[in-house]
Amino acid sequence: MTMRTNLLRLCLFAALVPAPALAGDDWVPPVKDPLVLKECGACHMAFQPAFLPARSWNRMMDELADHFGEDASLPADKVQAIRATLTANAGDVVGQGRARKYMQWVAPNGTPQRITENPDFERKHRKISDRTWKDPKVVTRSNCPACHRGADQGYYEDD
Amino acid sequence: MKRILAAALVLAPVAAMAAGSAHDLVLSHYAVQAKQADSAFAGFSAQRGETLFRTQWAKGDARTPSCTSCHTDNPRDPGRNAKTGRPIDPVAVSANPKRFTDLDQVEKQFGRDCKSVLGRECTPQEKGDYVTFMTGQ
Ligand code: HEC
Ligand code: HEC
Ligand code: HEC
Repeated sequence: MTMRTNLLRLCLFAALVPAPALAGDDWVPPVKDPLVLKECGACHMAFQPAFLPARSWNRMMDELADHFGEDASLPADKVQAIRATLTANAGDVVGQGRARKYMQWVAPNGTPQRITENPDFERKHRKISDRTWKDPKVVTRSNCPACHRGADQGYYEDD
Repeated sequence: MKRILAAALVLAPVAAMAAGSAHDLVLSHYAVQAKQADSAFAGFSAQRGETLFRTQWAKGDARTPSCTSCHTDNPRDPGRNAKTGRPIDPVAVSANPKRFTDLDQVEKQFGRDCKSVLGRECTPQEKGDYVTFMTGQ
């Protein structure tokens, strides 16, 4: 497949974002907290806390100095505030919509750090070709907004 | 007295160059640090800043051998984070006047980006050179 058709497909994905009024079971409450948006949205989009359980966020906030190979450390007061927001809105706390589906796959004491390794994520993305994943506009699976134009608002449903 | 005079001589051209802009503070901060690190400090150079920007250092993360890996060859163009795919606004001041006006932000980013590319901190001299280059872009 050529790069052009790949890009075309990406555009199609992006165009298939439902209007907010259609928000259903797949809506994921978006991040509104300005501190989380700024500090956790600097390198990638600020991922919705509903995709991981509270204990995952706690572990992540403990290990920011080695965050997927990055030094994402922050001053203690900011860590505290961000931790509070993420855990209060975590998947096992909100327990509805897409979060409910994701939480079904998390082991009772598991602390997964990647949304993109959840079996629900893998199932919904299994048709995507290697070429598409490696497209220069995508780079990595965690680049949700490259394909889901409504990602920042918590909309991922493309049909 | 002699030392104060020397510092004033060093700072004067830098300050004059950036006069009237909010980049003043950031540059003079690095000038003071550079002078402390090396008494022979003789000002910043846009040319050295450009070399820092374009050199393929390949001393840090394999995905980011150079500043251009994320900021592209043209600092006036939008870039893309080579690790996460996220778009990055241009880093040249002409294209993005807010650049290099917030010292905390600038320091945080130098800390992360120099480690990614050079595998170490950038020196105050390097930081000042880089800001000088980008301010003229
Ligand atoms: C210095 C840059 C940087 C900052 C700041 C940062 N991250 Fe990350 N983050 C990364 C990178 C790089 C990855 C790995 C991306 C990949 O491999 O797809 C990542 C991955 C993640 C993932 C996993 C994505 C997946 O694959 O499912 C989560 C969740 C995450 N970050 C949350 C956060 C939170 C919460 C914060 C704020 C406390 C934060 N990040 C701040 C760079 C950063
Ligand atoms: C390369 C493009 C691409 C990337 C990157 C991507 N997705 Fe998707 N995603 C898709 C496509 C295409 C579908 C539709 C699959 C289908 O309906 O069969 C989808 C489906 C989904 C669904 C299911 C929606 C529904 O139909 O119920 C969710 C949830 C989702 N993605 C979340 C994410 C999240 C979260 C990220 C980032 C961590 C992400 N996606 C990254 C392309 C992508
Ligand atoms: C991994 C990708 C990446 C690489 C490589 C990279 N940067 Fe950056 N840089 C960023 C991001 C992301 C930002 C912040 C984007 C924003 O504020 O819009 C940024 C912003 C900056 C800023 C802050 C400017 C301001 O005032 O807003 C400086 C300074 C900077 N980079 C210097 C460098 C230098 C020097 C190098 C090479 C040694 C480099 N960068 C390489 C990703 C990168």
